[in-house]
Amino acid sequence: MDNPILEIDSVTKRFGGLTALNEVNFSVKAGEIRGLIGPNGAGKSTMFKNIAGFYTPTSGDIRYQGRSISGLKPHSIAEMGIVRTFQETTLFQELTVFENVLVGCHKHARINLFAAIFGLDRARQTAAAQKVEEVLEFMGLADRRHQLAAELPLGSQRALAIAIALASEPKLMLMDEPFAGMNPEETNHMMDLTRRVQESGITIVLVEHDMKAVMGLCGYLTVLNFGQLLAEGTPEEVRNDKRVIDAYLGGAA
Amino acid sequence: MKENWPKIVGFLLLLAAVLAVPHFLQFHHQDLLIFLVINVLVVTSYRLVTLTGEWSLIHAVMMGVGGYTATLLFRGFELGMWFTLPLAGLVAAAIAALLCFPLFRMTQFYFLIGSFAAGEAIRLCWIEFIIPFGGTGGLSGVEPPFVFDIDFLEPIPYYYLTLAIVGLCLLILYRIENSRIGLTLHSVHWKAPLAESVGVDTWRYRALAFIVGSFFVGVAGGLKVHYLGTINPNQFGIGFMVFILIWVIVGGYNRFYGPILGVVVLTLFDESIRQFEEFRPAIYGAVLILSILFLPKGLESIPARLRSWAGGGSDREKGKLTDG
Repeated sequence: MDNPILEIDSVTKRFGGLTALNEVNFSVKAGEIRGLIGPNGAGKSTMFKNIAGFYTPTSGDIRYQGRSISGLKPHSIAEMGIVRTFQETTLFQELTVFENVLVGCHKHARINLFAAIFGLDRARQTAAAQKVEEVLEFMGLADRRHQLAAELPLGSQRALAIAIALASEPKLMLMDEPFAGMNPEETNHMMDLTRRVQESGITIVLVEHDMKAVMGLCGYLTVLNFGQLLAEGTPEEVRNDKRVIDAYLGGAA
Repeated sequence: MKENWPKIVGFLLLLAAVLAVPHFLQFHHQDLLIFLVINVLVVTSYRLVTLTGEWSLIHAVMMGVGGYTATLLFRGFELGMWFTLPLAGLVAAAIAALLCFPLFRMTQFYFLIGSFAAGEAIRLCWIEFIIPFGGTGGLSGVEPPFVFDIDFLEPIPYYYLTLAIVGLCLLILYRIENSRIGLTLHSVHWKAPLAESVGVDTWRYRALAFIVGSFFVGVAGGLKVHYLGTINPNQFGIGFMVFILIWVIVGGYNRFYGPILGVVVLTLFDESIRQFEEFRPAIYGAVLILSILFLPKGLESIPARLRSWAGGGSDREKGKLTDG
């Protein structure tokens, strides 16, 4: 595969006696939307946490743009351009939409103590505020900028989660079930947003159970089952793969 | 700009009141006023630490670190207050920086207990190492500065000096909280994993809040010892720490002015029931329990509550009660 942005090289993750991931290999091309699917408990979220640095692989290596990132802290990995979004809605509920996205600008807008006390570094803070406006516009949240995150409807909360991630100017975005619990209208809207994120040049890895969204968005799928790589291929190939059907239907089909 | 004028007028009135108040008080109350202003700095600096969601039990001891630093520098090197105060802050900050490594491996209850243990260890050093700390009896002989014929041993000049220094410290703390750093501290408190996922080094920000908070409480310790003249380990024990917690909780910790409100109101209250002598702790305790029961968000939430009663609950819909 040419130009992989992310390489998972025989990654194993054990928790005590439980093997959550077993020698998993796959790689993600720059610019694609990759679907990472599988039945509950297949290890998808564990894989995300390993990539984002919340877990360290027991063995194996994770490479991002050719550099090994396994064992780095989450904030260092974010620094390099990998951002994850969370299952369910993880937002700063008591902050406004604007402030939520402003936190997301951390990498480019952080200041030191003296700049904070003496009000220096205005230029960068203004640039951050502009960046927030851009991202809000992009995600269709500009009208809600002064609302508290807790008061948004579900669809907007998910959009805000992506807006926070976008504000950090990532190259690779790991999206953990962004479609969960959405009605068809919200799902369609979210699919549009996801495509627009990809078109802006960001590679996406998507963990999702909503098959309509997965089949509609992803050019290539990676299927996990019981912590192992089960199958890979285009949505068409995966849909017709006997092993995948068995895994999802518990071997009854 | 125009809608700012009530705030400006209010601030000027408050300033005038604060400047005038010692002239209407007796000597004994002037003393208390000075300690009150110092305690305002203690609770406000503690607030910075709590912004990251970690409640430490070492803040009182850090005040002592500042106090002992000022005392030793004054006695040993005859340094004046202008040097001992910043050095008191710096030494407290440096000890806080060292303690970050063990303490911030823990969170929540473990951090609470860990910070208490570290604080007691420091306090035991003051008791056990009679040279240079003076043991349980502590040290004395620290004096305030004497500048241009103004004798700061007098309460009124020392009050104004304290007011100026504490005012400057509050301004700095306020600016930190309302800068991007304050926003980041909030983010570390409420959703640490989300903050990490966009590149916030949560350990660093916890440490930053702890170190800066310790600096300012160190300065407060220096201010106190230069007026009181004596210092001993019992001034900074868990008893004082509990008072800090009570002030912050009763005042409310969601806004900058909450802890200040708490320390001012409770100090005035404590003074006003002085005549009841033996009932004082019981009355004080009852008021605490009542305030926590009926004002869980602290005294600072009273204006919002009044507004919501007056406006038939319309503020609630605008989220005024839940912000901050």
